[in-house]
Amino acid sequence: MSAVPTSLAWFAAHEFRLAWRDWLAMTTGGKRVRGIVLFLVLGVFYAGLHLLAFALMRRWLAAGAPLDKETLVTVTSTGFLFWTVMLSQALESVTRAYYARSDLDLILSSPAASSRLFAVRTANIGLGTMLLACLLASPAINVLILLQGPHWLAAYGVLAALGALSAAISVLVCIGLFGIVGPRRTRLIAQIVAGIVGAGFVIGIQAVAILSFGSMDRMQVFHAPELLAAAPGLDSWVWVATRAAMGNPLDLLIVVLVCGLAFTAVAAMSSQSFARHAIAAAGVSQSIVEQRPSRAFAGGSQRQALRIKEWKLLARDPWLLSQTLMQILYLVPPALFLWVSYGQSAGTYVVIIPVIVMAAGQLAGGLSWLAISGEDAHDLVVTAPISPRTVLVAKVEAVLTVIAILFTPILAWLSFASWELALITAAFVAVSTGSATAIQLWFRVPMRRAMFRRRQVSSRAATISEALSSVMWAGTAVLVAGEQWLALLPGILAVVVLVVAWSISPKGKRT
Amino acid sequence: MSQPQYALEIDGLEKRFDRPVVADMALRVRAGEFYALLGPNGAGKTTILRMVAGLLKPDAGRIAIYGIDTATDPIGAKSIVAWVSDEPMVYDRLTPLEYLEFVAGLWRVDPGLAEARSHELLDWLGLGPHANQRCGGFSKGMLQKVALAGALVHDPRLIILDEPLTGLDAGSARQVKDVLKEKVASGVTVIMTTHILEVAERMAERIGVINHGHLVAEGTLAELRAQVGHESTLEEIFLDLVAQEEAERASAAAA
Repeated sequence: MSAVPTSLAWFAAHEFRLAWRDWLAMTTGGKRVRGIVLFLVLGVFYAGLHLLAFALMRRWLAAGAPLDKETLVTVTSTGFLFWTVMLSQALESVTRAYYARSDLDLILSSPAASSRLFAVRTANIGLGTMLLACLLASPAINVLILLQGPHWLAAYGVLAALGALSAAISVLVCIGLFGIVGPRRTRLIAQIVAGIVGAGFVIGIQAVAILSFGSMDRMQVFHAPELLAAAPGLDSWVWVATRAAMGNPLDLLIVVLVCGLAFTAVAAMSSQSFARHAIAAAGVSQSIVEQRPSRAFAGGSQRQALRIKEWKLLARDPWLLSQTLMQILYLVPPALFLWVSYGQSAGTYVVIIPVIVMAAGQLAGGLSWLAISGEDAHDLVVTAPISPRTVLVAKVEAVLTVIAILFTPILAWLSFASWELALITAAFVAVSTGSATAIQLWFRVPMRRAMFRRRQVSSRAATISEALSSVMWAGTAVLVAGEQWLALLPGILAVVVLVVAWSISPKGKRT
Repeated sequence: MSQPQYALEIDGLEKRFDRPVVADMALRVRAGEFYALLGPNGAGKTTILRMVAGLLKPDAGRIAIYGIDTATDPIGAKSIVAWVSDEPMVYDRLTPLEYLEFVAGLWRVDPGLAEARSHELLDWLGLGPHANQRCGGFSKGMLQKVALAGALVHDPRLIILDEPLTGLDAGSARQVKDVLKEKVASGVTVIMTTHILEVAERMAERIGVINHGHLVAEGTLAELRAQVGHESTLEEIFLDLVAQEEAERASAAAA
């Protein structure tokens, strides 16, 4: 690092080095071959995304990509959907930055101006959000640049500006929460807000589509004549970001300037208070949480003791609460669809089955990791006079009970409409849950629960297998419900995923 | 049935990771004895004790706790042992009372007895006022005391402690030592590793010194003094014994 020590550039170089090494470790695990394989796989996937983007926009492009109200509504709404996800991501990152102890003691005890480092960290969050957004949106933008012209390059500028704006808003939200609810509750509320912001708009639009058009296709809303009639004219400021993305230089300048200024002002302002808030956040772990005096010791079997412990820890985990809320939020549209479609033919329910099956699989994966691998008192449990098998059975039971409690109401609801579909859904919820749990069992590695976020890094194979099996079982479920023989294909693929996961897992390799 | 003479018997114990960590280790700890296991960093102390507690599987050898073979009856052996490490194994989001209820459930202690014992232990360790507070905000000393209470709630016959006094303030360390002394007085066996040699000197009836995964010397303080041939502190004896062993190894390697 050749920059002057403790200067902005020096701190930026320090942060960049840490981020780069973290990224390298996450992607390659220190193995060059793994990095190359991952790069190739992601490259193929990225190319596939370009094809998908082309397929989605083909009709619009064939019509000459007209700049009319329908286009503006669709692009702006889709862009807004995308931005809410960026905002959610930024909010998560900002919360993490405030609550991460890591090098806080070192920074604050040094004579360096910590405000510089914190300004760099805020910029980092903006940059991270922006890069992720650019990466995710780039297939669509690249297709547009290729087929419509280089003026679409401006979309990258808009994405960068919106990334900075989302970081600025996130910092303001966090600082506001620190002031209103205090450091103890800020993390939980910020994470819940992040969950709601990330999923809320998507789900809201879908709810409107279901309630107004009886369809799960949220795009229907954007093409609705009522909405198009009510939308402002083409030259309204409402479309400024969309026009900027399409290459209008003046609009681009306005967007970049407004977002850039907002970000710079917030970064400068927050860097002064960052240390104060971070110290307050650090104090949370030192503060005491009083529980209601417990009733008499319950007794029961060793398995019961383990299950109760798991349930208590799950219920008291704020981060997990927000994650669970996210999973449940995604179940709102299918539930709404059920409610609206009640009394219609059973065929309409088929669309919600895969959502329920996938949500069950994903939730089971997360909960299983927490219960099976995320054991803070690993030594205690291992030294207890109880067989390892009984410990695992109790933990799996704890997870399955939570899944059953969450999914039984929706399955019961479904049974009012069609008991056959309810049975099929229940069966595949069980299979998807079982598969995700089994994968977590095979790949289990004792870790602190606080490492939940890093679980994907510790075993990418487990994460990918878990996601693939959920998708495959969701596909199988929907095809079985539609009485299609094709159901065999995703079903067999799901089994193959499980067999491959078993064979590459530490458990499978041992046997 | 008569009480076995030894709380712990280890024969031919071996464990290797990337290199041999424990090699042909033999050890006898008498029932009701306070035994201190000393050794330089990396000598294999923790590995030996983790094998005794059932946290690691030996590559070879035999471990018996009060005559119960840990390989053939691990559950039976574990039911009379408590393990306390330098990193307290406590859940941040449980209160001390909830933690003790959980531990009592794992060791199948009668709920009524466990509850009474839990309150008694928490009061004894000065944690009574914190019984219903989540452990998340506790200091290292408080967490270690909660872990110790967890180790005692099921009334073990053998307590194994790996550096239990690391990071504790003088008051907390005194409390832990008092609890251990009292337990030994009531017939419980305590095996402890420590780098604080004054503690071993004052508390242990017998001391074992290990280096490179095997026992270098063993005995009372007087016996160890006799072995090195001079009247000195345990620190000097320990350093002499380790240096002697290193010199022997070096000459053996040269030969």
